Amino acid sequence: MCLAVPMMLTEIDGEWGVAILGGTRVKVNLSLLDDVKVGDYVLVHAGFAIQTVDEEEAQKTLEILSTVTEGSAAMSAELGYCEGEGR
Amino acid sequence: MRFVDEFRDRDLALGLAEKISKAADGKRLTFMEVCGTHTVSVFRSGLRSLLPENVRLIAGPGCPVCVTPNRYIDKAIAYSRLDGVTVATFGDMVRVPGSSSSLEKAQAEGADVKVVYSAMEAVRLALQNPQRKVIFLGVGFETTAPTVAVSIKSAEAMGVQNYFVFCAHKLIPPAMAALVKDGEIKIDGFICPGHVSTVIGSKPYESLAKDYCVPCVIAGFEPLDVLQAIGMLIGQVNEGRAEVEVQYKRAVRPDGNPKAIQTIFDVFEPTDSEWRGIGVIPQSGLKIRQAYQNRDAEAHFQAQAEPTKEHKGCICGEVIKGTKEPIDCKLFGNLCTPENPIGPCMVSSEGTCAAYFRYSAGGQLAELRAAVEQLPDAKPIDPLADLEQDEGDGED
Repeated sequence: MCLAVPMMLTEIDGEWGVAILGGTRVKVNLSLLDDVKVGDYVLVHAGFAIQTVDEEEAQKTLEILSTVTEGSAAMSAELGYCEGEGR
Repeated sequence: MRFVDEFRDRDLALGLAEKISKAADGKRLTFMEVCGTHTVSVFRSGLRSLLPENVRLIAGPGCPVCVTPNRYIDKAIAYSRLDGVTVATFGDMVRVPGSSSSLEKAQAEGADVKVVYSAMEAVRLALQNPQRKVIFLGVGFETTAPTVAVSIKSAEAMGVQNYFVFCAHKLIPPAMAALVKDGEIKIDGFICPGHVSTVIGSKPYESLAKDYCVPCVIAGFEPLDVLQAIGMLIGQVNEGRAEVEVQYKRAVRPDGNPKAIQTIFDVFEPTDSEWRGIGVIPQSGLKIRQAYQNRDAEAHFQAQAEPTKEHKGCICGEVIKGTKEPIDCKLFGNLCTPENPIGPCMVSSEGTCAAYFRYSAGGQLAELRAAVEQLPDAKPIDPLADLEQDEGDGED
């Protein structure tokens, strides 16, 4: 039920807009987001744009992924130790 | 397709799987993917078969329809039978069996049940049919709750008096904490729900990671996203860390979507809530605030629901908690299939049983078992015969 699809905004008219994915055009409610503009990619869930998709971050993730197979340390991060009760 | 196809590269997936295998060597790790959309992604892309045998994924309580208790479904069915009432709902809910019926059956008997894609469609339905009272079934997690909150605010703003919500929204982090506290299953890390987190951000999981020492990684939904998240979880385990990390950075910010959060809490407030299989979890649900009580179906309508009973032999409750797998269920694939579902986990496309049936060997096994039963000399398998003997297995 939490399915959301990245779609590109092509029209904005107040609290409503039109987003496209491939050949599909849907009317989306934009009232949960501030400052969206035509050309932005948004995640569409149940007829609402719930978040914008950050192209730069998407690119960074892809770059990390592409280096993983070359043996980089993408899966590790700084050392730290947990002091909670559970373990 | 932008932001989708790039995260499905086969060679990268194989490379990641190899890394995971090396990093997890010598350990036995169980990670829970909390979100039903993750479960479907894991099964559809065959990720389980890519992972080494010592890294196990279990599905959690992340299918909203599945965790909604029979009591709610029975009440929704009772509302649908009231004169002048239209029940509007997301499609997932229609076939979910309540104690003895479903909205689909009620519809066949004459109830007015309408499937909508968005809560705003239900408001429009109310606007176009002023002589009817439209009750929208508010089911779903933090991803969906703001959209329903907007529908309530819009109905107020437009003066649509005949729009109501029967609210059963639930909050994910309290359920995750309840599972860890319960301790029935050892969870080495959570793959946190990506789209819930686009709304709530990464902060609400921090106390979970810190207090219970459970690594948490918020993941996207494509195969590479999930594999990378698993790698990050193993990284945390290996380094003795238990933190909240975000793999799904293209859509998840630390503060989430503040406007959506504000919208949720303008309209709803936290309340104790019952989860199928888990029971009542404090402050894990949302109820409509006093200021919007004129929109609360429970305050407005009187309907007598039938006494709640669970389905004999159905282990959806345990499947939701991750303590059992669908194949452990005597009904799975025999009496309970996506075409003829007995439990909610088989109804919803995001249900663990449905994903297991459609995409894994579990489903093939069940089909094989059904085929064997068709053979002339075969002894019929009667799962209910066994159930008579171990009555104690069923929920009550």
